[in-house]
Amino acid sequence: MKYGLQFRDIFAAWDSILDGVLVTLTLSVWTMLGGLAVGVTCAAAKVYGAGWLKRVVTIYVEVIRNTPLLVQLFLIFFGLPSFGIRLDGMTAALIALVINLGAYTTEIVRAGFEAVPKAQMEAGHSLGLSGLQVFRYIVVFPALKAMFPALASQFVLLMLATSVVSQISVEDLFHAASIVQSRTFRDFEVYTVIGVLYLALAFAFRGLFAGIYYWAFVRR
Amino acid sequence: MIRTFSYIDVMYLVAAARWTLALTATAFAGSAVLGLVLAIARISPVGPLRWLTAAYIHVVQGTPLLVWLFLIFFGLPLLGVSVNPWLAAALAFSIYGSAFLGEIWRGALASIARTQWEAGASLGLSVYEQLRHVIVPQSIRIAIPPTVGFLVQLIKNTSLAATIGLVELTREGQLTAAGTYRPFAVYITVAIIYFAMCFPLTQWSRSLERKLDVAR
Repeated sequence: MKYGLQFRDIFAAWDSILDGVLVTLTLSVWTMLGGLAVGVTCAAAKVYGAGWLKRVVTIYVEVIRNTPLLVQLFLIFFGLPSFGIRLDGMTAALIALVINLGAYTTEIVRAGFEAVPKAQMEAGHSLGLSGLQVFRYIVVFPALKAMFPALASQFVLLMLATSVVSQISVEDLFHAASIVQSRTFRDFEVYTVIGVLYLALAFAFRGLFAGIYYWAFVRR
Repeated sequence: MIRTFSYIDVMYLVAAARWTLALTATAFAGSAVLGLVLAIARISPVGPLRWLTAAYIHVVQGTPLLVWLFLIFFGLPLLGVSVNPWLAAALAFSIYGSAFLGEIWRGALASIARTQWEAGASLGLSVYEQLRHVIVPQSIRIAIPPTVGFLVQLIKNTSLAATIGLVELTREGQLTAAGTYRPFAVYITVAIIYFAMCFPLTQWSRSLERKLDVAR
């Protein structure tokens, strides 16, 4: 059987695809912000917190990093209603993604702060700087610089991983693919186009992060 | 028919985990073969080979695994190639895994000092012999901890095979949740089984990292 590739029908459904791109972008950006907030909080708790707090954070990080995102998503979306907590798809997706990304971010942020040599902080203290001043003038900048590349690649991986939210029928870019597929039955073309769009998004985010890195750390 | 979530269901879930492990093993084998080729091509002196493999890695690392799964499982049959879920999953995971494993191994190979190659060459070894006897034995030590870490990623990623109907741990969980109507208990059990598979590997990877680091 000969099969002619035909993209016309796919591009005709550009409105569904564009809606999907916007949902994926929205979900990604909010998750990055939320995950960063969770990560910074947990990293601070792990470094400066009391013993029990450190253990709680460690358990959180290990549990999340050693189970699949898809199962975490199912647990929140399908599991929580057993306790009367009924979330719509978008909220459940956002919660699951933030919890997931937060665990990875915690480790990256912690490693970034630990990358600053202790001797530099001691030098700051011996110059009479307060704890806050040492943090502000000595620790923050090199730590951010050290953690930035790892954070950026984790964020791009996260953006790609948001595609699993289509499995709880959030209408993201991957979900748009199945809508167009059911209209056109051109699976190969649909998933090729969607793949290229994800690739473009990944490049856009990488470019954005490289730009931020240059602007913040290289230029001065 | 709704039944209760009981001991026997837990045993079924544990039994389904063997398909997760089988898929992981298949995917790892495929990723390793492809990844090795990629890693060597990435450090080869032939320019076009380097650019081509770099492009492959960028494309694969810039697209979601789900797209590969669906492209192969739903897309290939339209082109006249019939694939079952197993073949599709094995293929998709091998493509996806090779890009990551290829980069890990390229990094390990590239971390060996240039002078080691030169020392091999000055002993009269061919390029293959330099790689085989000088470079690879040293870079394996560096490559092992991240490779074990990658295995954890792979186990977790195999859960996506559930979306094309392959009955592994997550899919079995979906079926059990639908049958018992106890999604929370079922997915917690599924998560615990994944954790039991992944956590020992994570710890092992960490201890290897520490051990091999101290020995340097």
